[in-house]
Amino acid sequence: MGNVVVFVEQEGGKPVRASLECLGAARSTGHSVIAVVAREGAEAAAATLGRFGAVKVVCLVGAPRYSPDATARDLVRVVREQQAAAFLAAATSTGKDLAPRVAAELDSTLFSDCTGITAQGGGFRIVRPWLAGKAVATLSSRAPILCATTRPNAFAIAEISGTAEVLKTQASAEGRVVVTSVAPKPGGKLDVKEAPVVVSGGRGLKGPEHFHLIEELAAAFGNAATGASRAVVDAGWRPHAEQVGQTGKTVAPKLYIAVGISGAIQHLAGMRTSKVIVAINKDAEAPIFKIADYGLVGDAFEVLPALTAAVKEIKAHR
Amino acid sequence: MKIAACIKRVPTTEAQAKIGADGKSLDSSGFQYMASFYDEIAVEEAIKTKEKLGGDVTVVTLGLQDASKELREFIARGADAGAILVDASWHARDARSTAKVLAKKIAALGAEVVFVGRVATDRDNAAVGPMIATILGWACVTEVAALELVAGKGVAKRETEHGVETVEFSLPAVITCNKGLNEPRRPNLRGIMAAKTKPIAEEPAELVENQAVVEKVELPPARKAGRIVGEGAAAVPALIKALREEAQVL
Ligand SMILES: Cc1cc2nc3c(=O)[nH]c(=O)nc-3n(C[C@H](O)[C@H](O)[C@H](O)COP(=O)(O)OP(=O)(O)OC[C@H]3O[C@@H](n4cnc5c(N)ncnc54)[C@H](O)[C@@H]3O)c2cc1C
Ligand SMILES: Nc1ncnc2c1ncn2[C@@H]1O[C@H](COP(=O)(O)O)[C@@H](O)[C@H]1O
Repeated sequence: MGNVVVFVEQEGGKPVRASLECLGAARSTGHSVIAVVAREGAEAAAATLGRFGAVKVVCLVGAPRYSPDATARDLVRVVREQQAAAFLAAATSTGKDLAPRVAAELDSTLFSDCTGITAQGGGFRIVRPWLAGKAVATLSSRAPILCATTRPNAFAIAEISGTAEVLKTQASAEGRVVVTSVAPKPGGKLDVKEAPVVVSGGRGLKGPEHFHLIEELAAAFGNAATGASRAVVDAGWRPHAEQVGQTGKTVAPKLYIAVGISGAIQHLAGMRTSKVIVAINKDAEAPIFKIADYGLVGDAFEVLPALTAAVKEIKAHR
Repeated sequence: MKIAACIKRVPTTEAQAKIGADGKSLDSSGFQYMASFYDEIAVEEAIKTKEKLGGDVTVVTLGLQDASKELREFIARGADAGAILVDASWHARDARSTAKVLAKKIAALGAEVVFVGRVATDRDNAAVGPMIATILGWACVTEVAALELVAGKGVAKRETEHGVETVEFSLPAVITCNKGLNEPRRPNLRGIMAAKTKPIAEEPAELVENQAVVEKVELPPARKAGRIVGEGAAAVPALIKALREEAQVL
């Protein structure tokens, strides 16, 4: 078996969950996993990656600012040096930004947002959604080096007792694109694409002033992000980044709770692969109930406070 | 300044997926098409850039002649010309094959800035823009939600999981456009009339073999039938019980 190079994203020295899942995806192909970490905090993150399946970690150090095109070139260098059979990154904003650049440098196509990657007869078999999950395609790759991004929440994290050899290498000089600053999110809010639990609100919430009910339920879970239907994003009640659906984000959390959302086809396309779906809607005929595992017919304004209190109670006793 | 926008025709978002007879494609017989959602934003940004910095906008698509309908609409909004790289199997091309053909056309146009969608809502690749830029050796900023261009360079903002990034880049560049960047305009009557006489060039698209080979296409597994746990706040305990004991997600 050969090598697979994985770009691991980290925040303040901690690898992000989507990248750990990507390492898990790489490891399950049976190849040796070589992780690459960049940006400030890379060395602290690198030290932890053996436990998640990496046998070797390459740290790109010495770059004062993050430059995606320079990082892509560094990744290509590692892929070539390691004679890797594949390059993987998590389908996060950063991973989706880097992977097509790496693929193009390698004259390989990109398989985006994959939900399955397996080694097969010297090559790879890839599973990925089409039409925002309305169909599922199985593909094989004729690319010289498989380049793919992995969908958050689709792969298991490998937790083993390994240690990885850590190599430090000088990052390339800045390219044509440089990140000059990052304005951190208020209170470290979880992103809807990554969170294991998503609580989404729709027009049934009646106005932006009532979304604290959604936020409070999300906060009670502790590991939940808040989402929204397009109707409430277009109305300016919620930020664009929260929109779930065919023209928003596609999410696949362990638990998706849709509150006051009717279940239009474009919304369903963005959340139908969630493991468990709960719908809360006052209209028993709402289409969202057709896709929900558990439906609760009722007024969001009565149900949400009760549900939030019940979740809080459970979390407090653990 | 030469400005280009790339648009892809995709099935409308109402489209239901039906598997083609070969089991390796989607049955397109019931599809209606539209310019991909984010491409509307890309064309709008191209027109706004022209209005600010001068120049002209060419809207490019790799697809069928039918795309002249969408291209005329964009010309009516303020673009100057359209170009169709004709290929009946445009929808079956992989990201690399698409990007190679578009990159060549963009180089031939002499464009200095190219606007594309964040993602085309059919294959959801989100790859063609940065691939075009990499092939051409240009800068690329993806998922742009705010943009300021001046001669030779620009500053963009993009939303990421850890916050809003401010990104500086040099021209020439490919910008992939996200929701929030602008509100696409409607064409006015004068624009619609003027668009009737504007040029839409057609040329055959070069063939570039796919590296992504489709083995099969299926409908997603049907979800297990769910159930209604009850009505109103009184049903909350039943919901909690189901989430804890059956689904084990709480
Ligand atoms: C090109 C295109 C792209 C699109 N992309 C997306 C997308 O990405 N994401 C997306 O979400 N939509 C998208 N849409 C829009 C989609 O078609 C729907 O219009 C939208 O999802 C509706 O949002 P909603 O469910 O919040 O509102 P509505 O459809 O108005 O539903 C509100 C629901 O709230 C319920 N309700 C009302 N009051 C209460 C209460 N007190 N308690 C509980 N329930 C209550 C109602 O019964 C109803 O079911 C797109 C549409 C188009 C044309
Ligand atoms: N066939 C095509 N013709 C013109 N532009 C395209 C085509 N395919 C992709 N693009 C552009 O690239 C963007 C991203 O597409 P994709 O990488 O396929 O998600 C689209 O929003 C378009 O702007």
